[in-house]
Amino acid sequence: MDLLNIKNLRIEFPSRHGTVVAVDDVSLSVQPGEVLGVVGESGAGKSTIGNAVIGLLEPPGEMTKGHVLLKSEQIDTLSPEAKRKIRGRRIGMIFQDPLTSLDPLQTIEQQLVETIDLHLKLGEKKSQERAVDLLRQVGIPDPENRIKNYPHQFSGGMRQRVVIALALCAEPEVIIADEPTTALDVSIQAQILELMRRLCKDKQVGMIIITHDMGVIADITDRVAVMYHGKVVEEGTTAKILGDPDHPYTQSLISAVPRPDIRLRRFPMVNYIEAAGERPRNIDLSTHWLGRHREFEAVDGPLLSLKNLVMTFVTKTAFLKRNRITFNAVDDVSFDIKEGEVFGLVGESGSGKSTVARMVCSLYKPAAGSVNFSGTDLTKIKTENERDFFRRQMQMIFQDPFSSLNGRMRVMDIIAEPIRFHKLASSNQEVEQIVNDLLDHVGLGAQAAVRFPHEFSGGQRQRISIARALATRPRFLICDEPTSALDVSIQAQILNLLKDLQEELGLTMLFISHDLPVIRQMCDRVGVMKQGKLVEVSATEDLFEKPTAAYTRELLDLMPRLDKLSHEGLEVEGA
Amino acid sequence: MISFIFKRLLQSVIVMLTVALIAFSMFRFIGDPINNMVGQDTSQADREQLAEQLGLNDPFLIQFGRFALNAVEGNFGISYKYRQPVSKLILERLSATLELSFVSAVLALVIGIPCGVYTALKAKGLISKGIMTLSLIGVSLPTFLIGILLILLFGVILRWLPTFGRGDVVAIGWWTTGFLTASGLKSLILPSITLALFQMTLIMRLVRAEMLEVLRTDFVKFARARGLPDRSVHFKHALKNTLVPVITITGLQLGSLIAFAIITESVFQWPGMGLLFIQAISDVDIPIMAAYLVLIAFFFVIINMIVDILYYTVDPRLRADSTA
Repeated sequence: MDLLNIKNLRIEFPSRHGTVVAVDDVSLSVQPGEVLGVVGESGAGKSTIGNAVIGLLEPPGEMTKGHVLLKSEQIDTLSPEAKRKIRGRRIGMIFQDPLTSLDPLQTIEQQLVETIDLHLKLGEKKSQERAVDLLRQVGIPDPENRIKNYPHQFSGGMRQRVVIALALCAEPEVIIADEPTTALDVSIQAQILELMRRLCKDKQVGMIIITHDMGVIADITDRVAVMYHGKVVEEGTTAKILGDPDHPYTQSLISAVPRPDIRLRRFPMVNYIEAAGERPRNIDLSTHWLGRHREFEAVDGPLLSLKNLVMTFVTKTAFLKRNRITFNAVDDVSFDIKEGEVFGLVGESGSGKSTVARMVCSLYKPAAGSVNFSGTDLTKIKTENERDFFRRQMQMIFQDPFSSLNGRMRVMDIIAEPIRFHKLASSNQEVEQIVNDLLDHVGLGAQAAVRFPHEFSGGQRQRISIARALATRPRFLICDEPTSALDVSIQAQILNLLKDLQEELGLTMLFISHDLPVIRQMCDRVGVMKQGKLVEVSATEDLFEKPTAAYTRELLDLMPRLDKLSHEGLEVEGA
Repeated sequence: MISFIFKRLLQSVIVMLTVALIAFSMFRFIGDPINNMVGQDTSQADREQLAEQLGLNDPFLIQFGRFALNAVEGNFGISYKYRQPVSKLILERLSATLELSFVSAVLALVIGIPCGVYTALKAKGLISKGIMTLSLIGVSLPTFLIGILLILLFGVILRWLPTFGRGDVVAIGWWTTGFLTASGLKSLILPSITLALFQMTLIMRLVRAEMLEVLRTDFVKFARARGLPDRSVHFKHALKNTLVPVITITGLQLGSLIAFAIITESVFQWPGMGLLFIQAISDVDIPIMAAYLVLIAFFFVIINMIVDILYYTVDPRLRADSTA
């Protein structure tokens, strides 16, 4: 008998433009003690399944076909009140973002006790004891005292533990985890996954993990269902799906995963989803405006050289200087980047990577140290004219494709703005021609120029950002987590694009990421940052094969094991 | 917490001093104080003697210091028109205004918050739509018109309620209250409804918008996924999270209830400070105007301080001493 059985589920969202079928004829089952992974990219309908099982479909969504059986009892037809009693009691749910999953105005204790008492009717005193016990089980140190705290007093990883404790309150038989580790750092992710796996085996809970991350799938699941456009295209044991996928979508998805163990020349077969991946028209860069005027004066030594860079933030303001509490976000960081090199900067959130990038492009003024770019110390520049000269040579691509483009401007104006500002073209006509060429070259096509950013997907917007960065004909590109908000197949497309552009234009890049496999695919040399300090700098292959710093080894050990993944059709660099 | 209150107190003192400066400058720059006090046939010598007596020939700063010190003691001088101490005049009327504002504020909150919650939870219901439509009237109709319409209906046509004054009042020390007599309570009804209507609709719409926002958040979704009943999700988790902005607006509105009771007081001939102030303006009775200005600023400052302290109690994230 299956613990949870979903049969022929179909979920529709009626809208003015016709009915959208979010989930189409999906059947899944989970056994006690088993972890089932549901993998797919955004919009595949994964989360909708989870919501439907617990009876919390967002209106106007409705289940038009199928059944949900919990231990052979049909639960989708129950009354709302009966469904509510199943939620939390028999089916627990864990959501993606631990920072927003908890009521900020109540202590952990209030939230735990309320839930425990509701389901188990233990009374105040017993519920409190159980709450402390649960916190201990999920690995929160000093639970007797921490339980009195509010959510904001916990770190992200600790909050996710609290969320898991809340989901476990009434010992549910099934747990549905919707992207439980996506918002967390790798080291925290590894701990949380380990915790979930242990709980699942110890308590014989059936678990469904909904994720887009192949690393999570490889790490924790026993079986996997792959979803594409609302349908399950393939289902099987984790080893089979990852190692020998049958369906072309699964194959393309797996080929797009950045490998920690090998360096690929390009990501193959990644155009399954976004048709925009195929280039409408390629520009011959050697003769085009973009390729011209690239004869920058040669530099002796490195193009960019950072020396003893320090950035200090005030964490507690006070009138008197001695009462202020400061914190060194970047502490004595020095490294060089040679012309034409891709330099990676890796570290967990809060390690100071982005702060370094902002100091390089003079968005922050360093508290100490120097930023030498082609022989000039940028921190000593006084006039705006001189600064503009370097700004033109240095461009930035940001992490969040949704907030880094002005939503009130057309794509044409977004990309033309830097050209006009730096007066790089002689006539308006020429500017428009350049923008169209750029859009073609990044794979969007010139027809994108008249549209607004909100009409594009995340990956397409990131292409717009890249086109905007290229519009000043830069020599140096700073990419701050350019793909961490994107799905894996889109990430592969963007990384391919960046690789191509780097080769064609001979760009020098500072590439920032928290994702070691991505770093391995992109960078020639890597710097590892921890709490504002640079702990290691070495050539990428050396870093992965024989890391010297203890912290680097730790990071490498925490990477999800992806050796099970199929190698079919991959072009390995240097092989 | 203590350093926070101390900081706020310091800021309040600065605000009060600034307001006092503006109030004081009215004496200097709106008309000539001597001319305002004496008759036309007073001789030049008498005028100069009076100016000397009143200290009007002293330097500006000394005069201001004297004004501020007196104000702290509650002494705002003598009204030009009534020939009585301003503090006494205001005190007589303060209770009328405060009682009216208090009843209006309670009405606005007691009706506004539940209506806001209801319209947010049943956003698509017929009753909600009805309430929302009615609330548009409350927001858009000017206060004096509502007052006059109410007078017409309940005072003139139906003859149920008195249309002006406070009715019989009972004095408790210097405070006079209309709460203890039937006619006093009856007289309160129309003006307090008039005054409360705008605030009520404002609070309702604010609570509704905030509540809709909070109902979409992850923690509400997670609370539902844990099987918590609607009652707990809506009132224990969602409503409490809507309160921070509601407290801000309510605080500011309470201040304006007191300050802008003027129109309502004029329509209903309510013997409060607002009415006194209006008359003072038409008589260019500067001591009363100055005192009114300082007093209202004082109310605003006090209310804002209470609001800030309420933030601290409602939202643990703002407590500086709680960073673990």
